[in-house]
Amino acid sequence: MKGKPLVSMVSAGLSKFGKLEGLYAREIFAEAAKEAFDRCPNLDPKKDIKALFLGHMGESYEHQGHTGATAADWAGLLHIPATRTETACASSGAALRAGIFAVLSGLCDTVMVGGVEKMTHRTTAEVTEYLAMASDFPFEQWHGITFPGLYALMATAHMHEYGTTEEQLAMVAVKNHHNGFLNPKAHMQKEVTLEKALSSRVIAWPLKLYDCSLITDGGSCVIITKPEIAKKYTDMPIQIIGSGQASDSIGIYERESLTSLIAAKIAARQAYEMAGVRPEDVDVAEVHDCFTIAEIIGYEDLGFCKRGEGGRLVESGETKLDGKLPVNTSGGLKSKGHPVGATGTAQAYEIYLQLTEQAEKRQVKDANIALAHNVGGSGATATVHIFRRE
Amino acid sequence: MSEQAPFTIEQFYKYISQGKLMGGKCKKCGKIHLPPRPLCDKCFSKEFEWIQIQPKGKLLTYTIIYVAPPQFQQMAPYAVGIIQLENDLKIPGMIKEVTLEQIKIGMNLTVAFEASPTTSQWPQWPRYYFKPA
Repeated sequence: MKGKPLVSMVSAGLSKFGKLEGLYAREIFAEAAKEAFDRCPNLDPKKDIKALFLGHMGESYEHQGHTGATAADWAGLLHIPATRTETACASSGAALRAGIFAVLSGLCDTVMVGGVEKMTHRTTAEVTEYLAMASDFPFEQWHGITFPGLYALMATAHMHEYGTTEEQLAMVAVKNHHNGFLNPKAHMQKEVTLEKALSSRVIAWPLKLYDCSLITDGGSCVIITKPEIAKKYTDMPIQIIGSGQASDSIGIYERESLTSLIAAKIAARQAYEMAGVRPEDVDVAEVHDCFTIAEIIGYEDLGFCKRGEGGRLVESGETKLDGKLPVNTSGGLKSKGHPVGATGTAQAYEIYLQLTEQAEKRQVKDANIALAHNVGGSGATATVHIFRRE
Repeated sequence: MSEQAPFTIEQFYKYISQGKLMGGKCKKCGKIHLPPRPLCDKCFSKEFEWIQIQPKGKLLTYTIIYVAPPQFQQMAPYAVGIIQLENDLKIPGMIKEVTLEQIKIGMNLTVAFEASPTTSQWPQWPRYYFKPA
């Protein structure tokens, strides 16, 4: 069982990430789907794709629910079963897992999983309110706690408990902006200096503007199939060998720890065990950096370093593009952008490029094993997937 | 009377409007739930009794919100935090009646109670907040 491929990724697509003015979510998703179809000429989308699982978080943005069906229709896949998965910012991590279930069950040989969100046409105050809906209403939102506020509560606790500094938080932003600068599809393709990040305006102290991911429009998808038939579609399938998902209390105040996401630790343990892989075997990772503190806590929850050492790990440079374990080569949520429903499969897209050596200027050499860590809200959901070259 | 009140979030806020911080104690396993819930997540019992929680605790962590959602914008910047109460319980809330610079992890806070909101829209929950002891 250990290390046996669950499914194989045979293609992937990503829309441009950014402020996509005049485009509706379903139109953005169609752009991602088109890239996935074009990358895989041996696949006949109408004949071969048996289902769509779509991560999408909020009806509020476009006054549109029921988005699984609309995305399937606009991708040219009318009439296939299309189901939306919603686990806040982990919605398409959950879609990927739902797709794995569908293939492993034997009901579908090949499915598309993806995600989309259209956010930038709304004001920052509106987006702040909609994102907060992924947190507890009666005790968090009701008392004025915003989404950045929840991660700020974790950051303050982490700084107090482990001596993590605002500079170390800013180093995550500097690193990820460097990677995003090299990614032509990233929302904000520019370098940021430590000084600029540290002097940016405060959103929820200690988190500043450059500690926060971007409000972005974007869509993403991957096509997964049974490992036995993957070579029919591509010479370079990428196997998914571990999948984990867990949940936690919606309110962070009910949790034992304010400096760790237990759901992510459980999901990671499941995925590592299934894959027969240890943290030190991972060559490249996409870690959910909705806020800089989230990447630091992510390092610890994934076992990339000991608890409390996340700040020092980013400071060491080991998670830079040329480090021992490059993290967020895509630019992450911080620089590539965070269209919430699209993020999980956008991480899988980056890993597809890395493991098939198509990541161009941000290509990591000889990457064999990769990991994607997708967190919903303030940690009430987490998914972890482990990938390997065939 | 209080014995019969349902162990719900709605009822928790009714007690807040009376100036009381109330939790639900499972009669079977003894676990105290704050906020109360109708099903014990430890032993699945539905038998509870109300217990009054001491409205004081220590600040575990905090943040100062500068970018707020529409309904809180006029208050920003404001502080929110999570306090450690007795019985291993924690709740989040705003920290008021203190200058932002004086807020420190570990400080002693008490829970204060606001009057019910006068709005006719759901939810009509009154708010509590924390202030220096």
